[in-house]
Amino acid sequence: MVEIPLTHSIVLAAVLFLLGLVGLLTRRNILFMLMSVEIMLNAAGLVFIVGSSRWAQADGQVMYIFILSMASAEVAVGLALIVQFYKKFNTLDTDAASKLKG
Amino acid sequence: MIVAFYIASAIAVFSTIMVITRYNAVHALIYLVVSLLSIAVLFYLLGAPFAAALEVIIYAGAIMVLFIFVVMMLHLGEKSVKQEQQWLKLSMWTGPGLLAFVLLIEMIYLISLQSLEDGGGMVVDAKQVGIALYGPYMIAVELAAILLLAGIVGAYYLGKEKTTVLHRFLKQQENG
Repeated sequence: MVEIPLTHSIVLAAVLFLLGLVGLLTRRNILFMLMSVEIMLNAAGLVFIVGSSRWAQADGQVMYIFILSMASAEVAVGLALIVQFYKKFNTLDTDAASKLKG
Repeated sequence: MIVAFYIASAIAVFSTIMVITRYNAVHALIYLVVSLLSIAVLFYLLGAPFAAALEVIIYAGAIMVLFIFVVMMLHLGEKSVKQEQQWLKLSMWTGPGLLAFVLLIEMIYLISLQSLEDGGGMVVDAKQVGIALYGPYMIAVELAAILLLAGIVGAYYLGKEKTTVLHRFLKQQENG
């Protein structure tokens, strides 16, 4: 079995994280921003799996499971917030909520 | 084996770029599912079959279904039927379908190869993960359970219909 180079997998995770960051910074639709956060969390999990594979230890996968449970809790709360946001402002544009009042 | 890694990572990067450049939420979600599936293939290649299964079941399964439910809830109305027809056009799901087909072929090839298991110490299987999870990481598991409980309570509270309660002076002012 050919070993996958460590740097290549880490570069891949960095590229995915950067794509998520760019999406978060450029999009103003709150649904797309939540999706970009998911991409970034996934890239972080990928790095943990790469580490787990590099040292053949289970700890990286354990951390990945924690990231997974954190992401699911975050998505549940975030989507509930989006539904409330849409009810209040009738749009998904985050600039509509730029004022704190009300 | 190494070629499979590069194919899967190319699909992951391409579908992620497609996610952040789509204007339509459902198109972006379908590409996001493809991206998650390709990352699951990468996990399998990196010797983590348990994490790959969790990625498919929880991320591509449960979390994406939540997203799609919310998109459907937000677009209630008469124009939704026309939107559904527009979203399910053949031209829009051939791209994700092709990418997912490539991933499927790759996965079948990898499973038929059987060298991941024969290769020796590289693979960290579910048994080792479970022993680590319920041994030294016991307190972290309990904290994750509390976090999930907090998530449930928070989502319930935020999703509840709010009744606007006015102070009685304000009510008098509005009436008078």
